[in-house]
Amino acid sequence: MNRREAIAATAKLLGGSIIGAQLFLEGCVQKKESASFAPDDLELLNEIGETIIPQTPDSPGAKAAKISEFIQTMVTDCYSAEEQATFFSGLQLVREKAEQKFDKDFMSLAPEQKHALLVDIDKEASQGEKPHYFQMMKQLTVLGYFSSQPGATEALRYVPIPGRYDGCIPYLQGQKAWA
Amino acid sequence: MPPFVNVDGVEKNSYDAIVIGSGISGGWAAKELCEKGLKTLVLERGRNVEHLKDYPTMLKEPWDFPHRGQMTKKFMDENPLITKAAGFGDDTCHFFIKDNDHPYVQEKPFDWIRGYQVGGKSLIWGRACQRWSDYEFSAPARLGYGLDWPIRYADVAPWYSHVEKFIGVCGNKDGIESMPDGEFLPPFDLNCVEKHLQKKIRERFHDRFVVQGRWAQLTEPNDIHLQQGRGRCQRRNLCMRGCPYGGYFSSVSSTLPWAQKTGNLTIRPFSVVHSIIYDEQKGKATGVRVIDSETKEATEFFARVIFVNASSLNSTLVLLNSTSNRFPNGLGNDSGLLGKHVGFHLYRGSAGGTVEGFDDQYYYGKNPSEAILANFRNLKKQDTDFVGGYTTFLGGYRPRGEQGDAEIGVAMKKKMSEPGTWHAYMYMQGETIMKETNSVRLSADKKDQWGIPLLVTSVGYDDNDEKMIKDFLTQSQAMLEAAGFKNISTNDNHQAPGLDIHEMGGARMGKDPNKSLLNQWNQVHHCKNVFVTDGACMTSTGNQSPSILYMALTARACDHAVKEMKKNNL
Repeated sequence: MNRREAIAATAKLLGGSIIGAQLFLEGCVQKKESASFAPDDLELLNEIGETIIPQTPDSPGAKAAKISEFIQTMVTDCYSAEEQATFFSGLQLVREKAEQKFDKDFMSLAPEQKHALLVDIDKEASQGEKPHYFQMMKQLTVLGYFSSQPGATEALRYVPIPGRYDGCIPYLQGQKAWA
Repeated sequence: MPPFVNVDGVEKNSYDAIVIGSGISGGWAAKELCEKGLKTLVLERGRNVEHLKDYPTMLKEPWDFPHRGQMTKKFMDENPLITKAAGFGDDTCHFFIKDNDHPYVQEKPFDWIRGYQVGGKSLIWGRACQRWSDYEFSAPARLGYGLDWPIRYADVAPWYSHVEKFIGVCGNKDGIESMPDGEFLPPFDLNCVEKHLQKKIRERFHDRFVVQGRWAQLTEPNDIHLQQGRGRCQRRNLCMRGCPYGGYFSSVSSTLPWAQKTGNLTIRPFSVVHSIIYDEQKGKATGVRVIDSETKEATEFFARVIFVNASSLNSTLVLLNSTSNRFPNGLGNDSGLLGKHVGFHLYRGSAGGTVEGFDDQYYYGKNPSEAILANFRNLKKQDTDFVGGYTTFLGGYRPRGEQGDAEIGVAMKKKMSEPGTWHAYMYMQGETIMKETNSVRLSADKKDQWGIPLLVTSVGYDDNDEKMIKDFLTQSQAMLEAAGFKNISTNDNHQAPGLDIHEMGGARMGKDPNKSLLNQWNQVHHCKNVFVTDGACMTSTGNQSPSILYMALTARACDHAVKEMKKNNL
């Protein structure tokens, strides 16, 4: 059984195709066995998302927008194998950086600690090579949140059927943008 | 070629008129011919699309789309061409072809954007409806860069009115020479930044007019629109999904159901037209050969007149593939110019910037139109180092606050929940010169799944195009500067021709049969009962959005056809 057949066989066992299987075929081996999301990946993504867009008095945060599910869909369906690899290595790196900085698992950090850690990583992302895994996480969180029902209707003003167009109306400080 | 069988006999397959294509001009041919009492068969290569019933995404919320407008990697990889099209997305993809289904050969890069279904690209068009001025009709001959049109503005003006009243075009009567006024419904407002641009550009450049969009939207419907079952535009700006209110014009919402009401219309989807049948004894066309797109079964249909409205390049392809002893190189192609003189619109240049001082202003609702800066180049004489003019579309908008680098949490959320800096954009729609060297032809060896030769495109940019783009970039920057904009950027995206989705020509109109394919009534010079009234007929590209001209020319040609039929001339 050669490598290609082995992967096909494994895919069958899992009831379909292995997402990101192309990675193996092309010899780009990474620690993660496949591009599929484990339950603890999704929990981690929800926490990362909520740290990027937290709940505030006026509107829910990214977790309420089921951000992990959205990110899973996007990474699985819309990312190239290479981008997926960057993304998944990023999940691992966030975990490692939490241990390094606070000697704690990311999930058990206090909200302030999560924020401090991700601000560090965000700085690194803005200065480092692109695409950076945190750039991906931030982009997907922002896109997914503001286009979600809670994001569009509570953090923004969503008017599905405006009925009219007024080219010039006063804007008062603090009013939310149109979704 | 498959054997063409008349399963039902000639009688059953006979009509007064056949219209090839159901898009923006085919729909108009169907309406006009049916209203004039002709039993009309409309052949459409794609599937059927019915108003409301076949708009699967029309009422979906943003969060109903799992990828929020993006396409999957797999789809992108399989469709590198069609995913580039303006308006293409998760919510509109069902009105575009898939790349692999409809191959063609690009001798030079050319993005051929197609929508194969009843309604064609009228479902997903840009909806801008400016009229051509007489300056545009006369420019190619007057300034010596092309063949003279056999018609002038005065010939088309009443037909523009006829079309505008029926489809509903909003706009303001601005009295601008380069862009004549039409029969307008109330216009959309300009927002504060657009008004600012309008004023500042006019102050600095006296011959440059920014006006409200002239768009096929029912801002306030009239009785004729309500009779079509269409209603007021609800300012959602989700037109290309298909509109639940019939707020914008398409064949599907307007002309085809109108034609249907006469009882004279038959629409036949899944009908790929192979060629037009020419009868050597009668000296005219007698029908068309059709291949069922699904079963591949071949059939013939017959009629007294045939309207070719398959879209510029497909109409040209059908004519090229309609060979006979009399016309070995394609129907009516004695001049050898069929497939030549293909043009398009220059869309490569754009500009943008930010402006301060309007932070206390905003807008309500979503404007489905764009402001227009009427052409100010080479109108009465050549005043630049290139020929042709350009129309500019522009808009002011206030996007949500931008996320900064190294910024997450409450502060970023607040910024992104509120409107940010005002921006404006401009982009060009420029005339290109129709040249014999920009052409399409049939592949000698490659065929599609219906046995029809593939189209080979050989269309590219020229020096005139490069000069015009350079001028637009310079001028747009100067205009934004004059209006006090900051962070101004200009961009030449170097996109391939075709992506403008304004491909034109291939069977141009002209007075001289040796230099053109069609006469002043859009009749094939050498086969008078065949009319070509879509973009293939264009003698020059002008700089206005072309669809409404195709509609006006179609209505005009239908009127002529029926008069000629009554005189027994066809």
